[in-house]
Amino acid sequence: MDLNSVDLIVDKYQEKRTALISVLHDVQDRYKYLPDEALKMVASRLRMDINEIYGVATFYKSFTLTPQGKYSITLCLGTACHVRGGPRILRELKGLLKIEPGQTTADRQFSLNVVNCLGVCAIGPVMMVDQKFYGEMNPIRAKRMIEKLNNKRTGVKS
Amino acid sequence: MRKIKSVSDLERWREVILSKQNQDGVVISVCGGTGCHAYGCKKVREEFTKVIREKGDLEKIRLRFTGCRGFCERGPIVTIQPQGIFYQRVQEKDVPLILSETIEKGKILEDLLYEDAVTKRKVTSEKEIPFYKAQDRLVLGNNGLIEPTKIEDYIGIGGYQALAKALFEMKPEQIIGEVKASGLRGRGGAGFPTGKKWEDCRKVPGDIKYIICNCDEGDPGAYMDRSLLEGNPHSVLEGMIIGAYAIGGSHGYIYVRHEYPLACKNAETAITQARKAGLLGENIFGSGFNFDLEIAKGGGAFVCGESTALIASIEGRVGEPRSKQVHTVSRGLWGKPTNLNNVETWANVPLIINKGSQWFSSIGTEKSKGTKIFSLVGKVKNTGLVEVPMGITLKEIVFDIGGGQQDGRKIKAVQTGGPSGGCIPVSLFDLPVDFDSLTQAGSMMGSGGMIVMDEGTCMVDVAKYFVHFLQEESCGKCLPCREGLKRMGEILDRITEGKGNEEDLSLLNELAEVVADTSLCGLGKTAPNPVLSALRYFKPEFEAHIHQKRCPAGVCTPLIQYSISESDCTGCGACAKVCPTQAIKGEKKQNHIILAEICSKCGSCKDVCQANAVMVQ
Repeated sequence: MDLNSVDLIVDKYQEKRTALISVLHDVQDRYKYLPDEALKMVASRLRMDINEIYGVATFYKSFTLTPQGKYSITLCLGTACHVRGGPRILRELKGLLKIEPGQTTADRQFSLNVVNCLGVCAIGPVMMVDQKFYGEMNPIRAKRMIEKLNNKRTGVKS
Repeated sequence: MRKIKSVSDLERWREVILSKQNQDGVVISVCGGTGCHAYGCKKVREEFTKVIREKGDLEKIRLRFTGCRGFCERGPIVTIQPQGIFYQRVQEKDVPLILSETIEKGKILEDLLYEDAVTKRKVTSEKEIPFYKAQDRLVLGNNGLIEPTKIEDYIGIGGYQALAKALFEMKPEQIIGEVKASGLRGRGGAGFPTGKKWEDCRKVPGDIKYIICNCDEGDPGAYMDRSLLEGNPHSVLEGMIIGAYAIGGSHGYIYVRHEYPLACKNAETAITQARKAGLLGENIFGSGFNFDLEIAKGGGAFVCGESTALIASIEGRVGEPRSKQVHTVSRGLWGKPTNLNNVETWANVPLIINKGSQWFSSIGTEKSKGTKIFSLVGKVKNTGLVEVPMGITLKEIVFDIGGGQQDGRKIKAVQTGGPSGGCIPVSLFDLPVDFDSLTQAGSMMGSGGMIVMDEGTCMVDVAKYFVHFLQEESCGKCLPCREGLKRMGEILDRITEGKGNEEDLSLLNELAEVVADTSLCGLGKTAPNPVLSALRYFKPEFEAHIHQKRCPAGVCTPLIQYSISESDCTGCGACAKVCPTQAIKGEKKQNHIILAEICSKCGSCKDVCQANAVMVQ
């Protein structure tokens, strides 16, 4: 694994321990997750105990220690999305992808995540595919979206 | 960009900006809030840019990409000035027409206008739309007038004049006096008097003091802080600089949720611009006052909205709260005196300094002054951000502004205060909305989420939702919150699965009391509120789950069954097509039936049935 980027990130924050969360954000932006090797490097560069780094990395929900799938599916389950049927969409997604929230499909195509509020409450239920928001979702639309992404991958025209 | 070294520099700059703006013939504003983004506003803007460039003769058009306009449900929103035309649900394909018809010929495009739900009349201007009519958009209104990434726009509408006034015409004590007299209370949830907090922090001895803006908007269902920081970041900066001057702060942080990338970006841009203009950094305005700011990103932990946890997070640690025997105003960030306020609170400060405490305190109720932004969402027709004077009734917000029920089901409650608040039943909708009345009703103001619930919402399920939410977000430091919420969640799980018994309710009450009394921080102390308020106002729903094993709202899956009404079914087959488990049988144009044993209760059949024949019991 190329850890040059980790060096550059730590340099950017002048090896400040207090910048740990920002460092982890940047590392995750670069690798899409927090690889063990990268965390070890952060620990040595910031002269911190690796346990402390893991403590922070596992406390905050934004961080993930496992590699993510090609497509990241994020479902909002904030109150507004919940009362408008968010849990029904979750059930559909779990059934379709055969994974639980926080997991990635065996073929590394989809990661399913659930968040407590994306802050787009007026158009809920909201689902985010990679960085794009989709409002007024329902199980049927969610299913079609997954099928479309699957078809894109296998080259089948929908 | 010029460096501002005095008040007259600012004035001169503003004059130049205004005279330039006067040369703009038409201003087309495309809303760039996150809601409108989801509906494709970026494409609309790109199309405007493209077509305007192609036409070439439309030089006098200024295209503006504003922050959130509030009426998110109607996005993408496009407004045209000076005509004051309000177009909604604008798509890429509408752009050439808007330019050729409305801009060139002055013709209004009826299809893009808002239709009043009651009168069925098409409405041309924003002011006539009921959603906006009853609002008082003192803080949020400027979002529509400026492009958040252009400091010139903010200066043009009188930005940084309050800072000039504060630095050159007022002493720090006077500023604190004004904020105290205004009656401004913290918009983050608890409603602590802002001026008092500032005074306390100023009085603490120390040469380094920190100023923090809390934009860790974690309450699910609330997004006004996001929209303010995204749409008008300079107003937040100006408030913070004034606060820093009054308190004696030298450095500040804006703590932003990681989930809000645009807010981070716009705030970052605003900080850079303000620094370049001499409004931030050393010798601000040539006054000799120094203050600088930076952004700290959150990591997606709800508990970090709590001040001591937030501070721990800025320090790069795990966001666990500490006991508040010593307040953060005395010992906060890195052990130094720290003043923390919420985004909306900071954005109110320039208004108070500009217009005076007397003006501000004339708005609102006796103990809650000014306006409050609410995010009106859930099962209501008009969803979005609304800013109203304190003291307005829930009825006015939900029915006059919100337009009432969404899809034929009666509204039964509104949830305020997020996971620390509670559900207020429709019978109390005459309640004036302010800090104290909501607390009395068993809920709280919170950061301003207002989630409307109707007959299709199960209150037991909502109580369960919040308990699980908090259980997951509990940092685990203190036992009552960590274990108590877990047990409360288990009881509620049992009830919604039809396995509840009579004793569960009293046990739930008892646990709630213990968690509230003995938890360390605000998260645990207020955590039982959603359960207690649901038990207080909606006990019959709990009893129906326990005794009759029935979910009256048709939500709790173990207790419901889907069926198709013989008299309403048209035999179109749409339901059978979407059923993921092939549980629906029936010939074309014949009655369809649902096989209960293989039905997964996903509800997709109900979503697609045009004849409303799918029933939930």
